[in-house]
Amino acid sequence: MSALLEVDSISVSFDGFKAINNLSFNIGEAELRAVIGPNGAGKTTFMDIVTGKTRPDAGDVKWGTPPKSLLRMNEAQIAREGVGRKFQRPTVFEDQTVADNLTMALKASRNPFSVLGWRPSAASDDKVADLASEVGLAQQVGRKAGELSHGQKQWLEIGMLLAQEPRLLLVDEPAAGMTLAEREQTTALLVRLAQTRAVVVVEHDMDFVRRLNCKVTVLHQGSVLAEGSLDHVTRNPDVIEVYLGR
Amino acid sequence: MTEKLTRQPFILRNPQVLVVLAVLAVFTVAVTLLSQAYGSGVIPTSTVKVLGKTLCLALAAVAMDLVWGYLGILSLGQMAFFALGGYLIGQWLMYARTESIVAASLAQNPIPPTPAELQEGVANQIFGVVGSADLPLVWSFAHSLPIQLLLVLAVPGLLALVFGWLAFRSRVNGVYLSILTQAMTLALALWLFQNDSGFRGNNGLSGLQNIPGLDGIDQATLSVWFLWASALALALAYVLAAWLVSGKFGSVVRAIRDDETRVRFLGYPVEGFKLVVFTLAAMITAVAGALYYPQAGIINPAELMPIASIYLAVWVAIGGRGRLYGAIIGAVVVSLLSSWFTGGRAPSIHLPGYVVNWVDWWQVALGLSFVLVTLFAPKGIAGIFDRLGGILPPQRHGRDLGPDQGALQEQEAKA
Ligand SMILES: Nc1ncnc2c1ncn2[C@@H]1O[C@H](COP(=O)(O)OP(=O)(O)O)[C@@H](O)[C@H]1O
Ligand SMILES: [Mg+2]
Repeated sequence: MSALLEVDSISVSFDGFKAINNLSFNIGEAELRAVIGPNGAGKTTFMDIVTGKTRPDAGDVKWGTPPKSLLRMNEAQIAREGVGRKFQRPTVFEDQTVADNLTMALKASRNPFSVLGWRPSAASDDKVADLASEVGLAQQVGRKAGELSHGQKQWLEIGMLLAQEPRLLLVDEPAAGMTLAEREQTTALLVRLAQTRAVVVVEHDMDFVRRLNCKVTVLHQGSVLAEGSLDHVTRNPDVIEVYLGR
Repeated sequence: MTEKLTRQPFILRNPQVLVVLAVLAVFTVAVTLLSQAYGSGVIPTSTVKVLGKTLCLALAAVAMDLVWGYLGILSLGQMAFFALGGYLIGQWLMYARTESIVAASLAQNPIPPTPAELQEGVANQIFGVVGSADLPLVWSFAHSLPIQLLLVLAVPGLLALVFGWLAFRSRVNGVYLSILTQAMTLALALWLFQNDSGFRGNNGLSGLQNIPGLDGIDQATLSVWFLWASALALALAYVLAAWLVSGKFGSVVRAIRDDETRVRFLGYPVEGFKLVVFTLAAMITAVAGALYYPQAGIINPAELMPIASIYLAVWVAIGGRGRLYGAIIGAVVVSLLSSWFTGGRAPSIHLPGYVVNWVDWWQVALGLSFVLVTLFAPKGIAGIFDRLGGILPPQRHGRDLGPDQGALQEQEAKA
């Protein structure tokens, strides 16, 4: 299996504190991966590096075949390459309608002049409607995103990610603030998405990770502590000590 | 429901455009019919000029609203573009008029003047006040109206493009960007104040109300013509701006205002969008200036001092950020009130032991109302229209965060 994303011994420090320490990580074209680790392990920072928000001090991030480095691109270019990101807290455009939010995310040219010339079509309307119903917001398309509940905002953001049609999806703690039923819905969706693309899920919640039923990478102090099936890593004494033992 | 919304033509989705155009048309016709040149003469020519100039200020305010209300950049240098537009059209106005005067006086001589002699005479006339007799390089095209008109768009546009590229690329935002725009207009003003800048130092350009080639036409008529031109420019710019902010482009621009980091992760080149809006707004502002100064008759570097741009921001804030008609209302109401109160005609208020003289106290009152609007009515005067039109604010959480945070409200920004 060829790797879609290859993170090669990256390190980054903030004011001398090593948040990421010689971290390597691979994921294939259509794979689901859970990343777990205690608070402050560097999970979010890892996503920041892949998406171009933070520059690593050392190492490389390679993308696609033939591999090219993501480090020379800015956030928008990386996003256009097909890396989609779901933030820890839902970030949708509160002052705009659900339909506007989805329309903005739809895969299309991002050039300012192309955007100026962009007109809604029957196809784009259908897509927005489909996405809205897929994330359970069919009744809310005309409402402003700021009026939605926390869980609905999470769903809207997931809908926006789907609209982008990314090749790699980075999802930071999707289950936070969701009800049990919503969590189950989310796992099902993530599993289904991973059939056609790479999905990396950062999560605290062990039950959630178990339902994902995929390979798990355990992060600790900015490095990979263990990797394998959930049962495999939970038997690892180091993992038990730093994470599960508490 | 969404299907229908997207299918409607632009005008139906934006009925406020029709209202604004209708009001503008009625206003223009009314002033024309009451003017000395074309009507009863109830409105004196000086007032027609004030009204025409006010339309130009409203045009600058619409551009300011694009930059601040929609894109979220509190630019405190917009009037630099306005004054540049004025200077560039002023160059032709002054050169062409001086040329005809010099040509007339040289025609008395037995030998007809050579083009070089003519140019020397013009240069002497224009630059005598700053102790120079050479035509500066920046006046190379002053003889040509088409070229100067082109420069009215090109120079401010290019300045905005270069300034914006440098600032946006290094991701300067918020207060720092505001200070940078202010520094830009201040630097330009200080440069123009110098006698050797080529723009007659603090004398500026004058006699701009006389239009070369239209000597037979009196100011009463010209003032109405300029009112028409200003109204037309405002109408066209309003439609352009409304179209710009209504579609997906407008959606992205407002998204940049509220959370530009998130927009980047959607793949949009944020800097490119900022540059397009900032540059376009600069060009609209320059057109406003090019129409304003022939009505004012004189321009000097004081017009570029940051305070002028700060006033523009105050008008837009009072009128209502993020509503294009709010910008027009703010500019018209506040600038007309300003000239009335500072014109010395407003009756003083006699308090026991103190006389409130409006010439001195108007600035204070304006400053106070700006603070009050920012605190208590962040939607400005346009907020009243929203409420009348039934555009109720959605049930959001928290209070408005004020000028720097776009449309975000307290709890959303924190969450
Ligand atoms: N911009 C930053 N400046 C300073 N320290 C940071 C910054 N970003 C993250 N850190 C630190 O790096 C460590 C890893 O953070 P993070 O990646 O957010 O952890 P996680 O998401 O796994 O909880 C934490 O100790 C955090 O305080
Ligand atoms: Mg985190």
